[in-house]
Amino acid sequence: MDIEDVHKNVKILIDGKPYNIDDVDFVKPGKGRAIYRLKLRNLLEGSTLDRTYHSAEKVEEAPVTTREEQYLYREGDAYVFMNTETFEQMHVPERLIGDHSAFLKEGTVVTVLMLGDDPIDVTLPAHVELAVVGTEMSTKAATITPQNKAARLETGGTVGVPAFIKEGDIIKVDTRTGAYVERVATKK
Amino acid sequence: MPSEERPRLVRIKAYLERRALVLQLIRAFFAGQGFLEVDTPVRVAEVAPEEHITPFRSEGWWLSTSPELHMKRLLAAGYERIFQIARCFRKGEAGRHHNPEFTMLEWYRAGGDVQQMMWDTEALTLSIAQRLGLGAEIEFNGRRIDLRAPWLRVTVRDAFRTAAGWDPIASPDALRFDVDLATRVIPTLEAGRPVILEGYPAAMASLARLKPDDPAVAERAEVFVGGLEIANAYTELNDPREQRARFEAEAARIRDQGREASLPGRFLEAIETLPACGGIALGVDRLVMLMCGTDAIEDVIAFPADAI
Repeated sequence: MDIEDVHKNVKILIDGKPYNIDDVDFVKPGKGRAIYRLKLRNLLEGSTLDRTYHSAEKVEEAPVTTREEQYLYREGDAYVFMNTETFEQMHVPERLIGDHSAFLKEGTVVTVLMLGDDPIDVTLPAHVELAVVGTEMSTKAATITPQNKAARLETGGTVGVPAFIKEGDIIKVDTRTGAYVERVATKK
Repeated sequence: MPSEERPRLVRIKAYLERRALVLQLIRAFFAGQGFLEVDTPVRVAEVAPEEHITPFRSEGWWLSTSPELHMKRLLAAGYERIFQIARCFRKGEAGRHHNPEFTMLEWYRAGGDVQQMMWDTEALTLSIAQRLGLGAEIEFNGRRIDLRAPWLRVTVRDAFRTAAGWDPIASPDALRFDVDLATRVIPTLEAGRPVILEGYPAAMASLARLKPDDPAVAERAEVFVGGLEIANAYTELNDPREQRARFEAEAARIRDQGREASLPGRFLEAIETLPACGGIALGVDRLVMLMCGTDAIEDVIAFPADAI
């Protein structure tokens, strides 16, 4: 692809290795050619790299595909998923799950980005519904905010919630920000 | 209304109010010096062929990339001091300091030269900062910048020798020039006051005159404030033959890229009577950024390209 067409989060290959474009800095003297300074992250190793390109240069787009995969269970350092169409199972390394683990529940269908047969990135649904297994009142009694206590979730994660949320409630959480959205069901 | 739009517009309201004041102060500055404000077309029949500027098509016409050609047609007809605040369009220019549609201030002085345009720029910028109540110093990217004249003048040759270790006048190399300017020269310019880079290689003269006593150097200058390029000035080329030859060479390079290019015939006809003059283009959005202390062009445009 032409360097002019790159933007943040496009995946490219450099020397055969896949990189995510974390950031593009477009620099252009009024009369001169455009310079593109890319911040790149190696999708297999996590290392970062800065590269400078100029207009008329090309980069190789990584031939990535996406798959819908359902989370089954954890096995050692890997997370086991099942393809929702072929029912084939796949092991995803812990590194790709990272902070997502706080909101990843068995049965959740996620989007896995693939380079050939290798998973390189995992995206959770924007919102997930999770049960609260415990809450703690904030010790800062003077801080009156709508989210003044911490709720522990069935997946092990923690979110700030309003005071009326109790153990056993089901709440909706935004996985992109880690924020409480609303109560979905309450314990009778 | 998209959910991010309202909070964004509320957040930048103070910037847009200051933008309106800057526009008023620009007009007051030029009115006070006897300049005539002009309006030239945004949808045009011809644009200057420029290798690194891609115009948008508009039903067989073009959207203006700069008001320069029309303003010089006015000068050629005897208008002596003119300015314009013009909308310009350049395809593919989007980033922290670029929006494909932007606002340019251009002014021209019959009998003037590139030095006169720099004095105007110093006076205009300081006057705007003072009338906004900022005094003689602005703060940009965490640094104080003293706007009082004279601004630092550095030749392109010295700036490249110091920051990049080579002389672009003695050994012209356009590609290396652009890359080193962006990655080595601009980041190391003095930060405490505006810097004028002057004396560009002849190959990058664009529409500037070459120095009569040193034709390897063009009478072209660029102004950088806090590392931000805000203006480009020339002692204008008014030799019709040389202008035509430069346009032909530039058009050939554009066709090599697979783009269409033609010569601006009405302009080339008009410059037969273009007087000796100086001219300059200054990015208004970037001037507003400096006066607001923000490093993002989208903070000073109500509806930038990705929010239209």
